[in-house]
Amino acid sequence: MKFQAMGLYFPDIEHLLNWPGVLFEGSKYFELNKVGIIYLWAMIAPLILFTLAIRKSKLVPTGVQTIAESSVDFVRENVVMQTIGPDGMKFMPFLMSLFFFIFFSNITEVIPFIQFPGNARMAAPAMLALVVWVVFNAVGIKSQGFFKYFKNTIIPPGVPAALLPLVAVIEFVSTFFVRPFSLAVRLFANMLAGHLLLVTFAVLSAALWDTSPLISIVWAPFVVLIGLTGFEILVAFLQAFIFTILTAVYIGGALHPEH
Amino acid sequence: MIDLLAAADVIADKPDQVLVGLKAVGAGLGYGLAAIGPGVGIGLVVGNAITAMARQPESAGMVRTTMFLGIAFTEALALIGFVVFILLNFA
Repeated sequence: MKFQAMGLYFPDIEHLLNWPGVLFEGSKYFELNKVGIIYLWAMIAPLILFTLAIRKSKLVPTGVQTIAESSVDFVRENVVMQTIGPDGMKFMPFLMSLFFFIFFSNITEVIPFIQFPGNARMAAPAMLALVVWVVFNAVGIKSQGFFKYFKNTIIPPGVPAALLPLVAVIEFVSTFFVRPFSLAVRLFANMLAGHLLLVTFAVLSAALWDTSPLISIVWAPFVVLIGLTGFEILVAFLQAFIFTILTAVYIGGALHPEH
Repeated sequence: MIDLLAAADVIADKPDQVLVGLKAVGAGLGYGLAAIGPGVGIGLVVGNAITAMARQPESAGMVRTTMFLGIAFTEALALIGFVVFILLNFA
């Protein structure tokens, strides 16, 4: 279906849904498309960053080591300490991996010639949300025991007895179904919306550049496009941060039930 | 009245096009309606967070973390509206 609005030709929506393979085409298990390569990059980039950082580690950090240390510090102070507390330090590797995977697959949204956020396909956010769901439930069951965890989760303290059935159902649905769903949809929809926004302004700028004799109005969408690119860098970081901090909140809730 | 009958004739002739049009109208209205509540909600969250930070600048870090959490929860509704828009228009 060609999508056309006010004389602008948008790229076919199929471009977002069907990705042709670019590496190992025809192979049943190893065929990679652009999104798969973005995921591989998001997996390898943190490894390279931290390998470079620890190879020549010094007491006073310089260069790459500064970036690595300040990011570890950021996750420790702003995510773990604020939500779980000191006993959440054992979840640092998990949260750091989540943060860096999501950040590096988001940031490809604004890297020239790639310009597609890996998390704008539903598969990766859904898988990450599933992993988080398994982890926070496992932490809750391990630290409180199965029945106690279940009871503490669906029955919040201080609820009048008459409201209890209603509240229990709401808490059950919101903890076990809405949490992973909203985690996945939040990441996916934010990145897809950002991508569509950038595409819209890029198409508009290109069309004006081609056709309009009024060269000055070309600059308006182009300036907005530049501004939005900056905004999307912020969103890429913020979504990684929010996914990580929500994971930490869920783990914290499973670890320390309210009394 | 005659206009309405003529319109009904057109609809009976081309049900597919009418379906596409109605889907587009529904998607547009749905997203617009879904954005109202979260818009007000995010405004409230951030406004109150700024008030809190201005009153107690030393607690700004904690307030900022909580503010992002509140924004994330509120924003989810608008994003579900966006996903419904995409599904209705293109699925």
